[in-house]
Amino acid sequence: MSSRLAPVSLAVLLFLAGCNSRSSDADIIFVNGSEPQTLDPARISGQLEGRLASSLFEGLTRRNAQGQVVPGVAESWEISADGKSYTFHLRQNAQWNNGSPVTAEDFFRSWKRVLEPETASVYAEILFFIENAEAYQTGKLKDFSQVGIKVLDSKTLYVKLKSPTPFFPEVVAFVTYLPVPMNLVDRYGDSWIKPKNIVTNGAYQLLDWKINDRVMLLRNEKYWDRDRVQLKRVDALATSQGTTAVNLYLTGQADVLLDKGLIPPQILSELKQRPDFHTFTFLGTYFYRFNTTRPPLNNPLVRKALSAAIDRRVIVEKCTRGGEPIATSITPPGIPGYTQASGITYNPTQARRWLAEAGYPDGKGFPPISILYNSSQAHASIAVEVQAMWKRELGISIELRAQEWATYLKALDNLDYDVARSSWVGDYLDPNTFLDLFLTNRGNNRTGWSNPHYDQLMNSANLESDVAKRMNLMNQAEHVLNAEAPIAPLYFYIGMLCFDATKIGGIEGNLPDEHPIRDWYLKTKQPAQP
Amino acid sequence: MLPFLINRLTQAILVIVLVVSATFCLIRLAPGSAFAVGDRKLDPQVEQRLQEKYNLHGTLPEQLGRYWWNILTQGYLGESTHFKNRSVAEIIKETLPKSLTLGLIALTISLTLGILIGSIAATYHNQPVDRSVMLLALLGICLPGFLLAPLAILLFSITIPLFPVAGYGTLGHLVLPALCLAAPFAAYCSRLMRTSMLEVLQQDFIRTARAKGQREQFILYGHALKIAILPLISFAGPLTASILTGSLIIEEIFKIPGLGPFFVNSVLNRDYFLTCGTVIVYSTLLLLMNILVDVLYTYLDKRIKQV
Repeated sequence: MSSRLAPVSLAVLLFLAGCNSRSSDADIIFVNGSEPQTLDPARISGQLEGRLASSLFEGLTRRNAQGQVVPGVAESWEISADGKSYTFHLRQNAQWNNGSPVTAEDFFRSWKRVLEPETASVYAEILFFIENAEAYQTGKLKDFSQVGIKVLDSKTLYVKLKSPTPFFPEVVAFVTYLPVPMNLVDRYGDSWIKPKNIVTNGAYQLLDWKINDRVMLLRNEKYWDRDRVQLKRVDALATSQGTTAVNLYLTGQADVLLDKGLIPPQILSELKQRPDFHTFTFLGTYFYRFNTTRPPLNNPLVRKALSAAIDRRVIVEKCTRGGEPIATSITPPGIPGYTQASGITYNPTQARRWLAEAGYPDGKGFPPISILYNSSQAHASIAVEVQAMWKRELGISIELRAQEWATYLKALDNLDYDVARSSWVGDYLDPNTFLDLFLTNRGNNRTGWSNPHYDQLMNSANLESDVAKRMNLMNQAEHVLNAEAPIAPLYFYIGMLCFDATKIGGIEGNLPDEHPIRDWYLKTKQPAQP
Repeated sequence: MLPFLINRLTQAILVIVLVVSATFCLIRLAPGSAFAVGDRKLDPQVEQRLQEKYNLHGTLPEQLGRYWWNILTQGYLGESTHFKNRSVAEIIKETLPKSLTLGLIALTISLTLGILIGSIAATYHNQPVDRSVMLLALLGICLPGFLLAPLAILLFSITIPLFPVAGYGTLGHLVLPALCLAAPFAAYCSRLMRTSMLEVLQQDFIRTARAKGQREQFILYGHALKIAILPLISFAGPLTASILTGSLIIEEIFKIPGLGPFFVNSVLNRDYFLTCGTVIVYSTLLLLMNILVDVLYTYLDKRIKQV
């Protein structure tokens, strides 16, 4: 029997071996991360969805490969003397892929949709820089004509802001500000985003979207800047498994690996040796929160002692291993015009002194507290290190409390923790995107910390139209934050990209961690016009 | 036969209703929100509106009532709260066929291999052949998917580049995942088959057949197999259900866009309706398979009479 089967099995093997080729004829296949939750800009909250939506739709401004903000649908804009009004002039040749022009009305209606209470947009607060936007979204204001968005004519949009916001052109590039085809939203409801219905104004159109498999992007031939988009077709693969992503990349089934979350830390040291592995710093901070409503953590001395007893260098060298810079402030370095206020550094002697001052010499009488983190190998290894450091330096015992993601979030919201792992990634290049978190009663404060002086400094900063003065006020606020230590910053995130730079161009590391697909190109092909 | 079927089907429907209702209540009572935005705090007003939009407002009995009402009146399984522009029905419709395809291949492999190896082992009882295949089977049962799959990838995709490391689309993409999915079941089937075959080979009618001078091959595959396969069939019911609905680990590692990962991830995402939808699929399949096994039994084993 076996002799009869042998040739058959050989034939099958040979046939199957032929199948080991790329899974599509896309110019570039990249691993994008988990399955996108949605592609509707009003409902997007994640980076991987934002990356796709920004390829499908183009806002008034957009980010380029270097992460800088450049004109998008708006070819120019004027800012009023008080810095509170913006007049955007839209390009005459900007159009949707069905040929109809992109108008100021499109932006007006799309932004209104985000602010409609019924839309329940989870990122609506990024529009709250606009006058009365918050009041309308929360239902306090019923009349939309009082919101600071006006259509002056079909190609001119006027925006009135709550306070001078020097980074507003950057905010406008954010995914929630993207225009959507409102006539389709009206007609199809939630199904407008389906490949068969969708119309786009960005560099790409949606060819297909196969759940848990891939999103296929096809160049939009009607895009106003089409000549500078080189790649005709790009596929975004969905996988949440790091090893699978790396396997796909290493065997040539994918050309680009974009998400740092997809690179298992165990193989980092090996990957770092490769020429196609690229790292860069971006706006993200990993930190520990202290619940300032609970004794003994309601005492700033205790918090400072705990923070000063953490040897951050050990954490980045032993646990994260990506070459992360250690953090002593919540704000990462690199924000133009801003120098972050550096806070508590590793100093065990000082830490012991602070703890003794707080009434716990050598940790005697220190009540049992725990570190909360969401279950993951990475967070656990850091928590174990910190636990050991606090035991060694301060003589206090800490329990570890791992919780599944949703439960962990609930515990943070309810201030049902002592110390909790946390992280924050900035939305725009301004310290406000970090410092805003710790205002009194802010939803993301989650420490119970409140300081009137801090609130007042932040408030004056946001009313200040002089950029240098504004940054100075923010810096003072950050000093207040550091002095009270409701958080212990540990390290700044490192972005990681895998791609062969001799073949692919237009992907660069940058602070906002944005890698717009429209700027990617193959070096082997005729380059797009610069 | 008909009253038996009606009886079993009624029971099955009752079980499904109970299981799904219990799942719904348990996951609704678990802490956490379906609408969490990364680690950002969601505005309570926005959350409230989202709950209304997705029919998750009101008391738990109200929500459960609405859920069943929608299913019974419109066959509407609800919307996924995580995958915001997709309905539960749409997700199942798109992913289940992929899990079924993979599952059918794996099922065929595990049953064929199981029966073959088990019979061979029984025939060569306590001889080196028996010992070595049973050791292999033990290995198959013990090796978990998350170890077997990377090993298979390392061997047959990277060291010897025969098959793609992951993905879906061609038959080649299915070979490794199907083998990895089938391995533990094949191992289990072969052990079951061996035991059952050994037992049958001790029986009088086999001795009679041998005494009549029938060929050993015919005794084994003509007489013994028919009886020995019965325990395997009762195992095949739940096996089929679990193999067909896909596996979280195998489908994630090989990036097969099947239903498996949704089953587990929907719980972690608090994607209530998707969890219940997958539970409906899984429990229906499981119960149907069990009924099918009972029906098959009456045909295969004449000793069993329908009650």
